[in-house]
Amino acid sequence: MTSVWGRLHEAGSLMNWLSPAALGFAVRLKLADIGAGARLFVRLLGLGGKVFARPRLVSEQVHLLGNLSLSIIAVSGLFVGFVLSLQGYYTLQRYGSAEALGLLVALSLVRELGPVVTALLFAGRAGTSLTAEIGLMKAGEQLAAMEMMAVDPVRRVLGPRFWAGIIAMPLLAAVFSAVGIIGGWLVGVVMIGIDAGSFWSQMQGGTDWLKDVGNGVVKSLVFGVAVTFIALLQGYSCKPTPEGVSRATTRTVVMASLAVLGLDFMLTAMMFSI
Amino acid sequence: MTDTSLIPSAAPDAPRPLVELRNVTCGYGDRVILEGISLVVPRGQVVAFMGTSGGGKTTILRLIGGQLKPMSGQVMFDGVDIATLDEAGLYAVRRRMGMLFQFGALFTDSTVFENVAFPLREHSDLSESMIRDLVLMKLNAVGLRGARELMPSQVSGGMARRVALARAIALDPDLVMYDEPFAGLDPISMGVAARLIRELNDTLGITSIVVSHDVDETFRIADQIVFIANGHIAARGTPDEMRATKDPLVRQFVDAQPDGPVRFHYPAVPVADDFGLGKAA
Repeated sequence: MTSVWGRLHEAGSLMNWLSPAALGFAVRLKLADIGAGARLFVRLLGLGGKVFARPRLVSEQVHLLGNLSLSIIAVSGLFVGFVLSLQGYYTLQRYGSAEALGLLVALSLVRELGPVVTALLFAGRAGTSLTAEIGLMKAGEQLAAMEMMAVDPVRRVLGPRFWAGIIAMPLLAAVFSAVGIIGGWLVGVVMIGIDAGSFWSQMQGGTDWLKDVGNGVVKSLVFGVAVTFIALLQGYSCKPTPEGVSRATTRTVVMASLAVLGLDFMLTAMMFSI
Repeated sequence: MTDTSLIPSAAPDAPRPLVELRNVTCGYGDRVILEGISLVVPRGQVVAFMGTSGGGKTTILRLIGGQLKPMSGQVMFDGVDIATLDEAGLYAVRRRMGMLFQFGALFTDSTVFENVAFPLREHSDLSESMIRDLVLMKLNAVGLRGARELMPSQVSGGMARRVALARAIALDPDLVMYDEPFAGLDPISMGVAARLIRELNDTLGITSIVVSHDVDETFRIADQIVFIANGHIAARGTPDEMRATKDPLVRQFVDAQPDGPVRFHYPAVPVADDFGLGKAA
């Protein structure tokens, strides 16, 4: 399944690109791609029970996607916490509310920055590795070999990775937010000298488990589904050549990042209206 | 000059062939690769498909494996039309087939042992000790019992092909298909691969289909040869018949002549036009 324009170009020497037939052909190919993607998505969702019948396959992938992403997530969370605390203090101290810094840092992280930045980093770190791995398996005929051994690659290879991504994302977002809060505390309390009691008590008092933390978890789950699915789809449908795999990897980062930002807006709007 | 055992028989008492293609036409998109192909692969034989690159040899393997559906005609495996099977039926048929891909297609993140164990783990509930014994037996058959702990990146191309062969026969299939098993191998590895194909075929009582360009090795091990050219069967028969044939295409292939029915030059405008010689004159 190469790109619409690639296939149009391959088939298109005989046709006028601006003709209604060419346009119709392009639309038909695009719809076919969307249909194939939708079918794959439904299959992956439906595989939940079967995938967890062999938990080791999922836990291996949680390790590869989650544990191996921990360092970049933790370091990024720390620096985001540092910056958030500095910028927050700069604004809050103008209004004499510097004690609310802990609350500001916590809400910013658990509601917004934790899930979003983690998802963007996850797309760059784990999403690209998923796409490249599946794409190279396809290019090396490993997926075809699996099919010829009567083993469904969607069930055996894609399914465990999909569900592992969904499990890993909220956990990584939680780590990001936790480390970010520690970073905020280091800058706000240790460096700037805000009262530690105010920092923590305002955070505890002003953060709602359901509305703030719960919504953040929902966001990170949705982002996990989106990023992992996009990465798997791109790998599974890429042209089985070095160029095809490289393009698919790039598309994963671009599409997953845009999907995360678009979904974030929609989810935030929905959560505000509830 | 044509071996009648490869031509579909109308006799009602003829033994059912393992694989049969009945007037098969197929291709990719609108491009037709094979047109009106009919042939049978008798049980227990090594049948080789030979011919020029892009002639449709590998496409026949894909048809038999159900990875590709014919535009028309039937591809029969043990009396079952592959194209009519649903996913479960197709997978049931594939369990009776083994396929050796051109470069092995080993799982690069698993050891040699795990590669061979893969189909056993997926399709059986055998105990770990039983799987170990079976895998070591298969690896021993291809001479790589000692390489069980190596990763695919640590074995040579010839060894990778043998590991893939051990994996292909792990489930004791009825049919093993080899896609270019000799490509890129040194003479020793090529001889080893050829000997294994023949010996495993005879020892395990399986049927083998080999797609290859290598005339010497293929003629040495095959019972029947089918030459495919331009989407049609150009010639078929035993290796001796093929060596003796006067068919120009087969002669060009067997004698490795650069020009003949398969042209050396890709179709182009006259040389004089390209170099402007006509204008100068």
